[in-house]
Amino acid sequence: MSLDTSRFIAEHVDALKPSGIRRFFDLASTMDNVISLGVGEPDFVTPWNVIEASYHSLEQGYTAYTANAGLMELRELISDYLKTTYSVSYRPADQVIVTVGASQAIDIALRAILNPGDEVIIVEPCFVAYASAVSLAGGVPVSVGTKAENGFKLQPEELESAVTPKTKAIILCNPNNPTGTMLNREELLPIAELIEAHDLLVLSDEIYAELSYEADYVSFSSLPNMQDRTILISGFSKSFAMTGWRLGYAAGPAELIQAMTKIHQYTIMCAPTMAQYGAVEALRSGAASVEHMRKSYRQRRNFVTSAFEEMGLMTNRPGGAFYIFPSIKETGMSSEAFAEALLIEEKVAVVPGSVFGESGEGYIRCSYATSMKQLTEAMKRIKRFVEKQQA
Amino acid sequence: MDKKEIEILELLEKNGRMDVHMIARMVELSVEEVEAAIRKFEEMQIVHGYSTLIDWTEVRGYEGVTAMIDVKVTPVRGKGFDDVAERIYRFPEVKAVYLMSGAYDLSVSVEGKTMSQVARFVSEKLSTLDTVISTTTHFILKKYKHDGIIFGEDDNNDRRMPVSP
Ligand SMILES: Cc1ncc(COP(=O)(O)O)c(C=O)c1O
Repeated sequence: MSLDTSRFIAEHVDALKPSGIRRFFDLASTMDNVISLGVGEPDFVTPWNVIEASYHSLEQGYTAYTANAGLMELRELISDYLKTTYSVSYRPADQVIVTVGASQAIDIALRAILNPGDEVIIVEPCFVAYASAVSLAGGVPVSVGTKAENGFKLQPEELESAVTPKTKAIILCNPNNPTGTMLNREELLPIAELIEAHDLLVLSDEIYAELSYEADYVSFSSLPNMQDRTILISGFSKSFAMTGWRLGYAAGPAELIQAMTKIHQYTIMCAPTMAQYGAVEALRSGAASVEHMRKSYRQRRNFVTSAFEEMGLMTNRPGGAFYIFPSIKETGMSSEAFAEALLIEEKVAVVPGSVFGESGEGYIRCSYATSMKQLTEAMKRIKRFVEKQQA
Repeated sequence: MDKKEIEILELLEKNGRMDVHMIARMVELSVEEVEAAIRKFEEMQIVHGYSTLIDWTEVRGYEGVTAMIDVKVTPVRGKGFDDVAERIYRFPEVKAVYLMSGAYDLSVSVEGKTMSQVARFVSEKLSTLDTVISTTTHFILKKYKHDGIIFGEDDNNDRRMPVSP
């Protein structure tokens, strides 16, 4: 008798939707010579001094567990970094935790705060993991869409209308994946006021903060009265090109960080030690590499933005991260159909906007974390494809 | 020099053949502005020329060797090292000359078809200059990195998955 495995899968896991990104990955992987703009990670390899520091830690025999919350040295450096870069102060001893990527920080933050049925507001289009992470933590994700007319910026009225007595928190991502939208201080202030008025908590995903190209970046936590209401989440994946190292962190009010540390302690123990030593080096001497990468992304942002404008694909100008989110509504196709046809006909992989939530329909996410050579060719192919659809 | 001009120079340094339209888009200037800037760099001799970085070891049928030569000299009164440096850098075989601090004075890079051709240049032309006290010749066996470019690095070494979050 064959085993009915479905009987064993927990209902809340069974109910999760498979990621739309996965489907595209499967499709693109079967094809050769694809130019991929579907990649949500840097095209740089990790700066050499970071790799070297990690080697060195292994040679020195630092191969054992670290403190649950991470190496004290690393927490101190994170705290210094947050203070000097974003003017927010966190005590390394009990207000900072080193995690396995920002992904784990999001997971344990949600698990630490949610009771079954608590609602968490998610601003779409957004990173694919938020809604499922909320569900897995027993919460209920409530989506608030943003619109291209507003540059995909969250409108305070729309946020307010989604708040219910069950709302506990909101997840904000600034700059945003997939739209590249960056909110400045003036745009964040009214949101902060609402947060306070409704007594909510903010999970502020600032993993792309270093990759912002316009006005000075403002950390949500630095806004008036927000530090006590914010769990700041960030990491090394994007700014230091360290996605495979799986290293991130959270900083916030001591009680919340301690609650998160409990979960972390029983499920993960600690983040990988050699990666933590790499991160120490990244914070100590990685600033020039980050600056170099940011400059290169900004040049590419400028290039792809003008290329899409010339194609007549209306788009918002990304202020940060390494994504652009042009409209494909002109073609009359769904984003999914567009992405699939583009992949098959022109061998360019992009991610359909619908993957990032309902309000992403009609758009595609293109990552410009790819060489100028590849970008130039990709833009040529997309242009040809769009012209064919319109003919 | 403003920020954007420096950015143009950095782009040209990496790729002297980069199209002005592309540069204009990347640094957010008009094509005319970029052309004017480049003309200015050339006139000011900030840009001295456009050369191509070739890994000759990959070229079949080409033979050539490069040597780095440490040269000790007697500086000439009133002229310092400049005179002897000029007498050396005027030779077409000489590709680079630097005045160095430390154990010797001039670092000279020489290219030739064969080792013996380079050796002959050193013994007949270089060592016989009256201000030259001694030379030490080091032949380059393999170039790993040159002018910031790592040779032999695969252009297509993207190890990322085609689609990711
Ligand atoms: C907005 C956002 N948050 C978090 C992550 C996950 O980052 P990490 O690699 O640190 O887990 C990503 C990765 O794509 C992201 O785009």
